[in-house]
Amino acid sequence: MNLNYIFLIPLIPLVVFLLLGIFNQKIKPSVSGYIGVFGLLASTVLSFYTAYQYFFISGKINGLYQTFVEKTVWMNFSDTLRIDMGVLIDPIAVMMLVVVSLISLMVHIYSMGYMKGDGGYTKFFAFLSLFTFSMYGLVLATNLFQIYMFWELVGVSSYLLIGYYYTKPSAVAAAKKAFIVTRFADLGFLIGILIIGYYTGTFDFETLNNPEGSAILNWAATSFMGLSAITWALLLVFIGGAGKSAMLPFHIWLPDAMEGPTPVSALIHAATMVVAGIYLVARLFPMFYFVEDGFALNIVAYVGAISSLFAAIIAITQTDIKRVLAFSTMSQLGYMMLALGVSGYEGHEGLGYMASMFHLFTHAMFKALLFLGAGSIIHAVHSNYLKDMGGLRKYMPITNITFLIAAIAIAGIPPFAGFWSKDEILVAAFEHNKLIYYIGVLVAGLTAFYIFRIYFGIFWGKDKDYEHAPKESPLSMTFPLMFLALMSIVVGFIPFSKFISADKSGFEAHLNMPLAAIAVGVGALGIALAWIFYKKENNLAEKFANRFGVFYTWAYHKFYFDELYLFITKKIVFKRIAAPIAWFDKKVVDASMRGVGSKTIQASEKIKGIQSGKVQDYAFSFIIGTVVLAIVFIYLWTI
Amino acid sequence: MIVSAIASVSSRKMLRTVVYLLFVLAGVAGIFFLIDYNFLAAVQLTVYGGGIVVLMIFSVLLVHHIEMKLEVAKLSKRIVTALFCAIGAGVFISTIYTYDFQVTDSTKTTTTAEIGTGLLSYEAGGFILPFEVISVLLLAVMIGAIIIAKGKKLETNKDEIT
Amino acid sequence: MIEGVTIYEILGLSSILFFIGVYGFITRKNLISILISVELILNASVVNFVVINKYVYPDMLQGVYVSIFIIAVAAAETALAVSIIINLYRQINSVEVRDTEIMKH
Repeated sequence: MNLNYIFLIPLIPLVVFLLLGIFNQKIKPSVSGYIGVFGLLASTVLSFYTAYQYFFISGKINGLYQTFVEKTVWMNFSDTLRIDMGVLIDPIAVMMLVVVSLISLMVHIYSMGYMKGDGGYTKFFAFLSLFTFSMYGLVLATNLFQIYMFWELVGVSSYLLIGYYYTKPSAVAAAKKAFIVTRFADLGFLIGILIIGYYTGTFDFETLNNPEGSAILNWAATSFMGLSAITWALLLVFIGGAGKSAMLPFHIWLPDAMEGPTPVSALIHAATMVVAGIYLVARLFPMFYFVEDGFALNIVAYVGAISSLFAAIIAITQTDIKRVLAFSTMSQLGYMMLALGVSGYEGHEGLGYMASMFHLFTHAMFKALLFLGAGSIIHAVHSNYLKDMGGLRKYMPITNITFLIAAIAIAGIPPFAGFWSKDEILVAAFEHNKLIYYIGVLVAGLTAFYIFRIYFGIFWGKDKDYEHAPKESPLSMTFPLMFLALMSIVVGFIPFSKFISADKSGFEAHLNMPLAAIAVGVGALGIALAWIFYKKENNLAEKFANRFGVFYTWAYHKFYFDELYLFITKKIVFKRIAAPIAWFDKKVVDASMRGVGSKTIQASEKIKGIQSGKVQDYAFSFIIGTVVLAIVFIYLWTI
Repeated sequence: MIVSAIASVSSRKMLRTVVYLLFVLAGVAGIFFLIDYNFLAAVQLTVYGGGIVVLMIFSVLLVHHIEMKLEVAKLSKRIVTALFCAIGAGVFISTIYTYDFQVTDSTKTTTTAEIGTGLLSYEAGGFILPFEVISVLLLAVMIGAIIIAKGKKLETNKDEIT
Repeated sequence: MIEGVTIYEILGLSSILFFIGVYGFITRKNLISILISVELILNASVVNFVVINKYVYPDMLQGVYVSIFIIAVAAAETALAVSIIINLYRQINSVEVRDTEIMKH
């Protein structure tokens, strides 16, 4: 298969970024919007073409999807230990290309309307292009180091975009928090990479993931504290992924990241960047599965399940619409993680893997739609809070319908997309680990409840008196909404399992009726509860919340994780660890450096006196020299 | 002689320094007399004692208040210098004493005529060339001294005249 | 040849004179004193020449000639030095060594 044009896919956004960045002041804002959109349109077309080529024409050989790699050596440490740069095409890479392109394109079009009139319009599009480039690079990475590089680049883009409103202190703080938390997780990632490189002698994905290759076969070669070294490495790599994907306990940055503009939240924190962690685990799935009989994979499943439940509980109580969506994202990411965790490898066994990727795909569609819809609402009402919204269905029909479609999709009601992917996840969980299955079902119910809570709260509920009537958003904003709504309905029907599977062979997935019925039933129950509480104006919800008292307060304050972390860092790390080290640095290291300098100056002051210009001193030295030489030559020189 | 020399270099009054120098010079002349180099002794006394010392006294009188007490260098510097000079002297003297000089015992008296002939002879061993060079040197010194010492006075005089 | 005095003693004497002159040259702060010390040094060297001539080579007279030249040169140099000192005195009104150590600018 001809891979040459694939390099263009990340290259075009990079060029756009450089163009918009360098000529920031000189380009008119509207022009920069079009440049961004058209650049991305080109990349999108190329991605679709790649997908078409790969999945339908030349990708499958002998029943197995091939991995196509084009790479060049970048840094050579030894024969096998190399860092390459290149592109790797396999089913999930192509799928991610499609997802990233589509969502990014929608967000670009949306931003043309949403960010209109903003002072840094060109800058915004430049950053969006930078992010898209980084995401493409991450998706196409051929080895651990390359993915790490683009990982960091994605983190930087996220920082730039979250802190876009740089005059707002809360936005700046949120950007810092996101970057620092993910950076901290990336420390684990890096250590994991180094351990893998050391023990297996390679960073390359193809070599690592080969089930008959030495990397997987020799996993038991070195062990450390009861677990194989490779297992530790995989756990550390997973920590990196958990940071980026906002799993417990690294989730604290995601709600705060909502300080960024809404298109940013849609692109980065719903559909693309946060799935990087999922993608990483999927990329290394053979290693996770085979090493130590899937020990690391088990951990992945539990972390995913716990994060999912945790986030769903918090989401029920939040009053800021974007925060609800952020926790919803975290919950759905938990779903994807747990699906990977309960997956097998061969054919149908790899249902979890397939379901996770499928859910990634569908979730990108409807979560982006939810965020863009929220952006449309915020744009009209000029507030993020639920208490400022109500009865909007009369004013914003398109937003209403599209938001409803997305809500139904996320609640898992057939025939919308979310049902198909969520159902497969639950089936995979049921076959592997009953506890995780029950958690999954509970979360499904909670998901339906919280999403319809905000739907009814915004579009139905009490009729609010608005100062100026909110009006429907312009076409540039509603077009992406409609397109994504269409996607949310349609993509559920794609026979995903034929394309994406753990061992790349493709299989037939069937609908498991009893489990599907349970899932739909739980979803419907959630919707019904939300209808009762929120459709009409009443205070049932408040009374219920008061009944739960303490528990409600804890959930509302996100279980006080932020306060805990702040306490640990301020009181313990800063005071006990960082301060003494800083003292040491200032008083000892700096002082010795200054000491060397001052001693040199003192010495030179003393030596300066030799060149005094006084003839007498010179004569003195002269005489002394002569006498000394006389002594040396007459008495001491014994030749 | 040594006493005079030491007194010369350590005296605090200017004129006394010069006078002690005069004593040293007289002592040197005395040595010459004892060695029987009468001409040389005479030259020493005339040139040094009569010329140079007088010149110095003149200059001292020109630039100094006679009563003024001179400063001397710091004590530490003096001691260090004295130490090194003592060491140097020690080296010299020990070298001298360990060398075997072939002292010839002859009582030859040189007359002035001999000195003069040798100074001006053309043959090998004659010193006519240095003699001439010294005369040129003395000429140069005379001219130089006049030019340096006259300073600007003559110039201003000329200006005043015109 | 002086009776009773060996060459060593006289040479020793001249060395001592020499070093006294050196001491004076280094230690003194007055320009004219430095000049006087230089005279001492030169005289010591003259004695050296003459004595060795007389004691070791009585037939030849080079030492004497050289001594005459040294005396002449010393005189010339002293005269010049004095004239320079007088000129300097006119400029800076002092004959201390430390005032001559400062550069014009």
